[in-house]
Amino acid sequence: MTKNKKTHEEELFVSGHRACHGCGMALSVRHILKATGPDVIVVTPTGCLETFTSPYGYSPWQVPWIHHLFENGPSIATGVAAALRAQKRESTRVVGIGGDGSTFDIGFGALSGMLERGDDVLYICVDNGAYMNTGGQRSGATPLYAATTTQPAGKASFGKMEKKKNIPVIVAAHGVPYVATASVAYVKDLQKKVKKAMEFRGPRYIHVDTPCPSVWGFPSDQTLEVGRLGVQSGLIPLFEMEEGKVTHVRKIKKKGLIAD
Amino acid sequence: MSVVKVLEGSEAVALAVKACRPHVISAYPISPQTHIVEGLARFVADGELDAEYVRVDSEFSAASVISGASAAGSRAYTASSSQGLLLMSEVLYASCGMRLPFVMTGVNRTVSAPISIQVDHQDTMSLRDCGMIQLFVESSQEAYDTHIAAFKIAEDPRIILPVMVCMDGWVLTHSYERVTLSEQEDVDRFLPSFRPVDFLDVKNPKTWGSIGEEDMVMELRYSVQQALQYAKGRIKEIFKEWAEISGRDYGGLIESYRTGDATMILVAMGSMAGTIKEAVDALRAEGEKVGLVKIRSYRPFPYEEIWEAVKGAEILAVVDANLSLGSEGAVGMDLKAKLYGHPDAPRVVDVIAGLGGRDVNESRIREIVGRVKEAMNSGYSLREPYWAGLNEAIVPTGGVK
Repeated sequence: MTKNKKTHEEELFVSGHRACHGCGMALSVRHILKATGPDVIVVTPTGCLETFTSPYGYSPWQVPWIHHLFENGPSIATGVAAALRAQKRESTRVVGIGGDGSTFDIGFGALSGMLERGDDVLYICVDNGAYMNTGGQRSGATPLYAATTTQPAGKASFGKMEKKKNIPVIVAAHGVPYVATASVAYVKDLQKKVKKAMEFRGPRYIHVDTPCPSVWGFPSDQTLEVGRLGVQSGLIPLFEMEEGKVTHVRKIKKKGLIAD
Repeated sequence: MSVVKVLEGSEAVALAVKACRPHVISAYPISPQTHIVEGLARFVADGELDAEYVRVDSEFSAASVISGASAAGSRAYTASSSQGLLLMSEVLYASCGMRLPFVMTGVNRTVSAPISIQVDHQDTMSLRDCGMIQLFVESSQEAYDTHIAAFKIAEDPRIILPVMVCMDGWVLTHSYERVTLSEQEDVDRFLPSFRPVDFLDVKNPKTWGSIGEEDMVMELRYSVQQALQYAKGRIKEIFKEWAEISGRDYGGLIESYRTGDATMILVAMGSMAGTIKEAVDALRAEGEKVGLVKIRSYRPFPYEEIWEAVKGAEILAVVDANLSLGSEGAVGMDLKAKLYGHPDAPRVVDVIAGLGGRDVNESRIREIVGRVKEAMNSGYSLREPYWAGLNEAIVPTGGVK
């Protein structure tokens, strides 16, 4: 295990991309890369992040970055990691950053395969709770009772009638060395967890709550506040697991914060 | 000094791939491809091959892993068949657009439904348009040599496209043949280690797999088309270079067999070509002026070479082990499209044969030749494909239930 305490001052995810105002995902990625540093190759499956960062000829990515398809982020990451091992480029690490649609739904089989094989990839899910890139359709990450365009609340419906898939625990059940949940509203905590994840070899997973003003429908200057409320209300628990055991849980200071 | 062995076709391919020293191999089981990746797994387990061998969760991941590895600058390989190739198809389209030069074996097998593990060309034919180079082989020896050439073709700095070696399932993968193996140093001389034009590199960070919109998609497609056009010449050169080292020469993009004075030329791909050569010899002995054009490079499609070989003939019988349902066989369509406009072009009859492993033996070839001759003499009545060996008595009306 190598210690990686430093936060990199250098911006590895620069301005000029096409994310919506107040995008929680863009902000989280900027801080994730400050924690990993520049010696990484980032793999991103299709989704918001891919769409707003890669118009042909332009890029905010200051590290090598590859997008291939929607459902194969983890397997592309495996291939990159295998090539790095074969070429003995051991210092360079692979970081997958995908949305909830690819992580929970269409790429779930590939993710499970990557975890089971023990591939040396840090996989980060930037979760905004639905398919925002296509306008906010229900995903396996959409919370109970949330209204989405394919499962709206109506006279005969409360919106989503099913619970959110508990991906961090499912990932931990694969027996991976490190799993954590985080929120873009707690950047220092997010960076600390990314740095810690980089200390391990093998598959690691971080789940980041990234509120989406465009589809959730809150003002774009309220992203961090909405994220904080999610954590403080207990909706987004922040915890860490090592080798399948819970090692840290962020305590909620005040209960009953949210009136409506 | 080369070594002659009696080998299963799959073992010959595994030995060829091993000799090419791939960095990364991905493997997912499907018949009749499995013996190839099992052979490679044994080489890795015995320390004879130093490669990262990734046992993936699906064919989708098998193609994705070698795509990622190729982007990161490694020589990479996988194999699949049938449903596996269909599952890979989205990956393979993207990897051609992204110019990832890996090699795979497409072990030919029909596709569901009905589920069947028997040979035909429907599976690889469904990937005809993705931008991959497709090379068909007739024998295990040709499979061995073509895999070695395939890496050099894929990695050529002006091609940079994946190559699929298409090899008939069972007929080639599971039968034993005499195969001459080249020395490792000869392969190394012919195929140096992979020097990618571009790769995912922290010292030179680039953004791969960007969005292209209406201002770029046509140009990117055109660039792949140009690379395939260029590949026609380069594939011939590469096979010639390997022939000089190995002493085994299969011709270039096609092989013409007794076409010189032929009035009827059969056109075929894969192991069927061997049977057709036997039939041609037998028919020639009886005074029939028949010949064969074996297509080795199906994509890029070598119509210039085919034209040179067939222009003196009266009629071509294209034996298609595939079918574009609602139209006809794919090779027949290609050939008709490319011959159209040549004022003296021979007529083309499309023959559907060998679907789902239906045997194409010498008597079947004789039947085809007889039927096409009949059509030729009666003024070309075969506008629709001729189904060789169809048992009309058992054609079901509502699918197989």
